Amino acid sequence: MNAPAQSAAPALIELAGVTKQFGAGHGAFLALRGVDLRVEEGEFLAVMGPSGSGKSTAMNILGCLDTPTTGVYRFRGVHVERLDRNQRALLRRRHLGFIFQGYNLLPRTSALENAELPLMYRGVSGPERRRMAEAALSAVGLTGWERHTPSQLSGGQQQRVAIARAIVTNPTVLLADEPTGNLDSEMSREIMELLAGLNRDRGITILMVTHEPDMAAYARRNVRFVDGRIQSDTGVREAA
Amino acid sequence: MFWSALKLALAAIRRNPVRSVLTVLGVVIGVAAVITMVTIGNGATISVSRQISSLGSNLLMVRPGQRMGPGGGGAPAFRADDVQAISANVGSLAAVSGVESASAMVVYGTENWSTAVTGAERPYFTARKLRLTLGRIFTEAEEQAGKPVCVLGETVRRELFGRADPLGSRIRIKQFGCQVVGLLAPSGQAMMGADQDDVVLMPLRTVQRRLTGSQDVGSIVIMVADAAATDRAKADLTELLRQRRHIARNEDDNFSIVDTRQIAEALSGTTRVMTMLLAAVAAVSLLVGGIGIMNIMLVSVTERTQEIGIRLAIGALERDVLLQFLIEAVTLSAFGGILGALLAAIASAALAQVMDVPFVFDPAINLLAFVVSVAIGVFFGYFPARRAARLDPIEALRHE
Repeated sequence: MNAPAQSAAPALIELAGVTKQFGAGHGAFLALRGVDLRVEEGEFLAVMGPSGSGKSTAMNILGCLDTPTTGVYRFRGVHVERLDRNQRALLRRRHLGFIFQGYNLLPRTSALENAELPLMYRGVSGPERRRMAEAALSAVGLTGWERHTPSQLSGGQQQRVAIARAIVTNPTVLLADEPTGNLDSEMSREIMELLAGLNRDRGITILMVTHEPDMAAYARRNVRFVDGRIQSDTGVREAA
Repeated sequence: MFWSALKLALAAIRRNPVRSVLTVLGVVIGVAAVITMVTIGNGATISVSRQISSLGSNLLMVRPGQRMGPGGGGAPAFRADDVQAISANVGSLAAVSGVESASAMVVYGTENWSTAVTGAERPYFTARKLRLTLGRIFTEAEEQAGKPVCVLGETVRRELFGRADPLGSRIRIKQFGCQVVGLLAPSGQAMMGADQDDVVLMPLRTVQRRLTGSQDVGSIVIMVADAAATDRAKADLTELLRQRRHIARNEDDNFSIVDTRQIAEALSGTTRVMTMLLAAVAAVSLLVGGIGIMNIMLVSVTERTQEIGIRLAIGALERDVLLQFLIEAVTLSAFGGILGALLAAIASAALAQVMDVPFVFDPAINLLAFVVSVAIGVFFGYFPARRAARLDPIEALRHE
């Protein structure tokens, strides 16, 4: 699975000439029209752009949920576009954590069980699972809320549970799809500070889609998508 | 992984208890029906062979015609002198009796009862091992004279006399009165649904003269002195009857001799076939139950599309999701299998009571029904589970 890197040190993530086409014939739609992107370990990248600009498609490809129609996606030098569905699932399992706009917690399931969920698929034993999930919930400031189900939590708290679930496996990359899209500005700020902290203190690489410039300001690099291409890239700024 | 999948399955089942129960109802009924049919069938088979063996293994029944059951199929009936000839010429017979039956209405006071009136000779009591609880059997003189005397079976006594003492009373059968001289001990058993106690026994000659109005003897019941001599006795009997009925060498017998073992085999063979047929019909309902599970699992997969998307995104492999839904289906069907077996135990115990057959718990059929219900879970659960596992995580996550 480990293809030898061409450059001295392969980037964590490398997209080269990635296109994505949906449908075929007259109904065909080109969501990505040749995207090149290189992300190093430890970056905090905000992906911006209007709806339909291809940013969500790019995130799905980066999250190994989808594959490019043409082009190359290397994750630590591994050609993701050559992996089958199961191998991509294994890569997700090993390296990626996901946060969604709608939190996507399992309903009627406690915060602790939600946070434990990814560990169940990694063969972690019960007591160990519990310990790790408690630690993750404490890292997002939810100690004392372990027994609450999503319906008993505020939006901000639900998103914290989702973050705890994403980081419980200690992922290399955290993919966040509009994580503050459903939250008010106060809660959004809390969530963004939490994400910035995880990036700073744990060195977790974060790729975040947002269309709010205030939220993008928390990231150290902004990339703007327009019409399936990267229109602008700020490069890595030094943290404020 | 397996245990956590099982826990997930149980949680999913508990989350919607009413639907879960309705889902497995088909399997419950199917399993219960199969087990009940087989259990009752086995009980009936045992009951039949038990009754036949209570007759003794050395009983022969001779009938005109070649097939078993009532009616001679055109072959001439026997006569009293055939019975005498058998007694006189065939060796090692313990009892020989001509038998002629007719159904008739018997009346006592204001009570009446329709029953089988059986004309027989004194040795009949020996051959059929009939015992009396009261009174006596008819005397040789009564038999010779064709006197209207009778011995009642328990059912007839109950219907006509209730708590009254029947001995010495006169009952009316068709146009003649008949004195009750004895009462049979209840056999308490039914053979192929026929109550063995629903009988009135009378001298053969009385039945011939007053009921059937002919000299015909419907059948001959013979007890061989020694079971080991049965085959020999049958051969001698055949030889004698062929001679007396003037059957040419190249012609088939126009009478049949069956012993109790043959009857037992034929009857239990019939019950066994019936059992198989009923079980097969019941198995169809089990199949329908399986389709019910598939139906609900498909609905469940659609409902839980987003959950499946979440699981796929956070690290579940295709086979994890497949296993989760498969185990859920199997847990449901196994649960149905256990409930069905319990229901079958109750139903067949109750039915055995009502139908008066022994209740025999058969662990093999219970185990088989359980295994089949699990197999149905795997078979009908696989398609919905595969559909869940193959969902596109992006689509599934977007699903509301």
